[in-house]
Amino acid sequence: MDAMHANPEVVTTHDVQHDGHHEHHQSFITKYIFSQDHKTIGKQFLITGMIWAIIGGLFSVLFRLQLGFPGESFPILETVFGKTWAPGGTIKPEFYYALITMHGTILVFFVLTAGLSGTFANLLIPLQIGARDMASPFLNMLSYWFFFLASVVMMSSLFIQTGPAAGGWTVYPPLSALHDASIGSELGMDLWIISIALFVISTLMGGLNYISTVLNLRTKGMSMTRLPLTIWAVFFTAMVGVLAFPVLLSGLILLFFDRNLGTSFYLSDIVVNGQIMPNEGGNAILFQHLFWFLGHPEVYIVILPTMGIVSEVISINSRKPIFGYIAMIGSLFAITTLSFLVWAHHMFVSGMNPLLGSFFVLLTLLIAVPSAIKTFNWLTTLWRGNIRFTPAMLFSIGFVSLFISGGLTGIYLGNSTLDIQLHDTMFSIAHFHLVMGVAAFFGMFSGLYHWFPKMFGRYMNPTLGYIHFWVTLIGAYLIFWPMHYEGLAGMPRRYLDKSPWVSFNQFGDLDRMISIVAIIVFAIQLMFVFNFFYSIFKGRKVTTLNPWKANTLEWTTPIKPGHGNWPGEIPEVHRWAYDYSKDGRDFIPQTEPVGANEKIEH
Amino acid sequence: MQTFFIVAILVLGFLITFQIAKTSEYVSVLRGEEKSRRQSNNINAFLLLAFLIIGLFGVYYCNETLKDKILYVSASVEGENIDTMMWITTALTGFVFIITQIALFWFAFKYRESDKRTAYYFPHHSTLEVIWTVIPAVTLTVMIGFGLYYWFKITGEAPKNAMVVEVTGSQFQWDFRYPGKDKILGKKYYKNINAATNNPLGQVWDDPANHDDIHTTGEVHIVVNKPVKFIIGAKDVIHDVGLVHFRQKMDAVPGTPTTMWFTPKYTTKQMKEITGNPDFVYEISCDQMCGKGHWSMRGVVIVETQEEFDTWMFSQKPQYYVAFPDKDPSNPAFKPDSTSAGSAAVSVGNNQAKTRQ
Ligand code: HEM
Ligand SMILES: [Cu+2]
Ligand SMILES: [Cu+2]
Repeated sequence: MDAMHANPEVVTTHDVQHDGHHEHHQSFITKYIFSQDHKTIGKQFLITGMIWAIIGGLFSVLFRLQLGFPGESFPILETVFGKTWAPGGTIKPEFYYALITMHGTILVFFVLTAGLSGTFANLLIPLQIGARDMASPFLNMLSYWFFFLASVVMMSSLFIQTGPAAGGWTVYPPLSALHDASIGSELGMDLWIISIALFVISTLMGGLNYISTVLNLRTKGMSMTRLPLTIWAVFFTAMVGVLAFPVLLSGLILLFFDRNLGTSFYLSDIVVNGQIMPNEGGNAILFQHLFWFLGHPEVYIVILPTMGIVSEVISINSRKPIFGYIAMIGSLFAITTLSFLVWAHHMFVSGMNPLLGSFFVLLTLLIAVPSAIKTFNWLTTLWRGNIRFTPAMLFSIGFVSLFISGGLTGIYLGNSTLDIQLHDTMFSIAHFHLVMGVAAFFGMFSGLYHWFPKMFGRYMNPTLGYIHFWVTLIGAYLIFWPMHYEGLAGMPRRYLDKSPWVSFNQFGDLDRMISIVAIIVFAIQLMFVFNFFYSIFKGRKVTTLNPWKANTLEWTTPIKPGHGNWPGEIPEVHRWAYDYSKDGRDFIPQTEPVGANEKIEH
Repeated sequence: MQTFFIVAILVLGFLITFQIAKTSEYVSVLRGEEKSRRQSNNINAFLLLAFLIIGLFGVYYCNETLKDKILYVSASVEGENIDTMMWITTALTGFVFIITQIALFWFAFKYRESDKRTAYYFPHHSTLEVIWTVIPAVTLTVMIGFGLYYWFKITGEAPKNAMVVEVTGSQFQWDFRYPGKDKILGKKYYKNINAATNNPLGQVWDDPANHDDIHTTGEVHIVVNKPVKFIIGAKDVIHDVGLVHFRQKMDAVPGTPTTMWFTPKYTTKQMKEITGNPDFVYEISCDQMCGKGHWSMRGVVIVETQEEFDTWMFSQKPQYYVAFPDKDPSNPAFKPDSTSAGSAAVSVGNNQAKTRQ
């Protein structure tokens, strides 16, 4: 184990370089804009992510207006979006498809990947492993700025004349490859590809940094099996990202060639708009393999960090060790590995060989086992605890509930026989919004309420936190639970008006209810955003070092840690992070040496 | 105006909430933080319990309200397997759902903070962990077993006697082609596609097998109790043949043909009675995002008896005659020995087709 300890030399140089005394020499620009402090970079990811979340959320409100009230006119839409996109205050189909595409892209990539990993990996890795900063603070800064560039490019696609990409967040060719197939496949699609390419670069730089920091910069005594689960989670997340994102990038490069250089990777035998295309011999399904080779791991990139956060928050607030620490790491590892072997479950009805499909059924349902282990371990952690319901804890409990509900429907979809019926219906929308969308947001909120005092030296208002939690939890179930029934009735996803259909037009009232609830839930998120920014400046001040009575190292830093985190020596670690309620003591910080007769876990 | 009111109400509601929240923070400081923290801890614990109870009731209520709006009986023989599978899965996952949600919220409520209790230091327990690894693994294996058994039945080879229909998706409509009397679908080449010359599917007229092929748009007729095999393709982008009532679905990919088959159990007429809906029709929904008209890409399947089908088929004219009216024997301008393309191999008629069989 000793070889794994942080190299003392590295630590010393860091000591000198980022000594707290340097702080006041920094200009505004180096301190807040081109900062190399992991805490500041984390906040940059967070705030950029929040802006994206508001935009992405607002888009969903807009298309829910269409879904809940098809044909109705909302004059304000014409005022805001103009006659081209919302003539007479109704949403044009082109606009609708641009909205859902951007909603998916923004939330999956910009909010729940960059916003989530970027915030918590940056904030927590150095603080919880006992390091002064990332292995390469410079690369870390670049990682944010590439994300920023990606954001600028994606944002600009919203303002061009032909509008942004509109072929769904999965951008399947030929639709996305043929300029003539859709207005969203014009310039908007090129910008989408460029933006995501920049995004991938950002993810790689961030990910490599997270991995090498966790491996190399742990403080003395912090063996791998003493790491808090948050660190394990972001560590595995980074690995998944580093291995999966390049595949998406290569797939997108080929798509870019097909679009603009006349190659035929994905195109064959196509007549679009009466125009005969010369391409022959390509295969459209190839793109789906490349996309989902990232796309499936991507959903775990989204959920793994929140699993870490939830494990940490549940343990602290139950005043109990997380149950089955090693099993928790093992299941994270199993999920990481298996997540690369299940991608084709998104393609059961693409014409894939049924025998090949059957292997993917097997592997897909296998991945439910580590998910089940994690769930049972969370439940057991609660069992016989002494639970404090901070807003963070409530969001973690909500996470577990949503993860169960959404995970179980994965078992329907993963069984190819049922997927024939359910693929690309509202059932799959319900599945992934519960298990990924809402659950990941719950994990993220949980982390924000929990670490806000560390980030800003103040608390968020808990009453607003409770309101936020209850409205969001109830709203999420009201929105997504009944949606399963629409899917069971076969209602396809991405249908903006069901009135021409005999088979799917029976859910008008339901759709209206869902839309109204969605608007309320969105409004409550704005209240959260308000609480967040208000509390940064006006929140109640933190007066103790360790407000949640937690064991991990970040609570040994000053209330407002400077660059370098600890003013003096980095503390040494003597035990794992989960000694809660042990030997009659409420909590035993990781820095406390092991007692003479004490039996230790790790 | 309405929008303005809604926004005003939201803002007002928000301001009030905020004031209350702010005040409660001050009050808690005055009254002693620990005491008010305990109080809100208890409130939230009770709310969690209430959420569990109301939530489970809500699940039941939701099911009661919506269960009649979902699927009727499976309209295909094969789809019955899917329905069985759906029930098995719902029973199992429903059981797990109820147990785990109850455990979650009940534990949260029961073990809310109290001075009388200290938390129990319980870091791990190997037997327990093995149990909840093995039980899900075994259960899932059983479900995989059932699932794959049906999967191979459904996706296996179509029966020999299956009727063949070609389905082609394009933005935003469905085209169908029947092989005609020779039971052979003639060759196609996508560069022949030309709406102006009445060749929407790109049939190669040199291939005599094409001369009796029937083309329809938007509506496909099939025969009850007779397996039907769809050969599926697309002209422009990926579409998907979604047949809810038959429990079938398959992508339509340009350049790569796919297939599906099933055996319809009820005629459209019978289904109108079963569903009690006089407007009932079997619909084809496009289930793959294909552009701005995706949501409206609708087709209709008419399931009828063999006699009805034969009558209908008899009234159809091969696309060849549409493209070359002078080849059509029912056309007054019919010229048996015309010199135009493909005529040599043709001379229309059934004799030729029969020889090919
Ligand atoms: C219990 C394990 C799970 C299983 C067996 C499972 C299975 C599936 C399957 C088979 C699909 C494809 C459905 C279709 O398109 O027909 C799917 C879709 C999806 N799942 Fe899961 N899933 C599981 C858990 C998760 C988790 C944990 C996440 C994310 C955190 C997730 C996110 C998604 C997303 C985003 C989609 C939809 C992608 C799209 O088509 O746009 N799933 N899931
Ligand atoms: Cu997946
Ligand atoms: Cu479509």
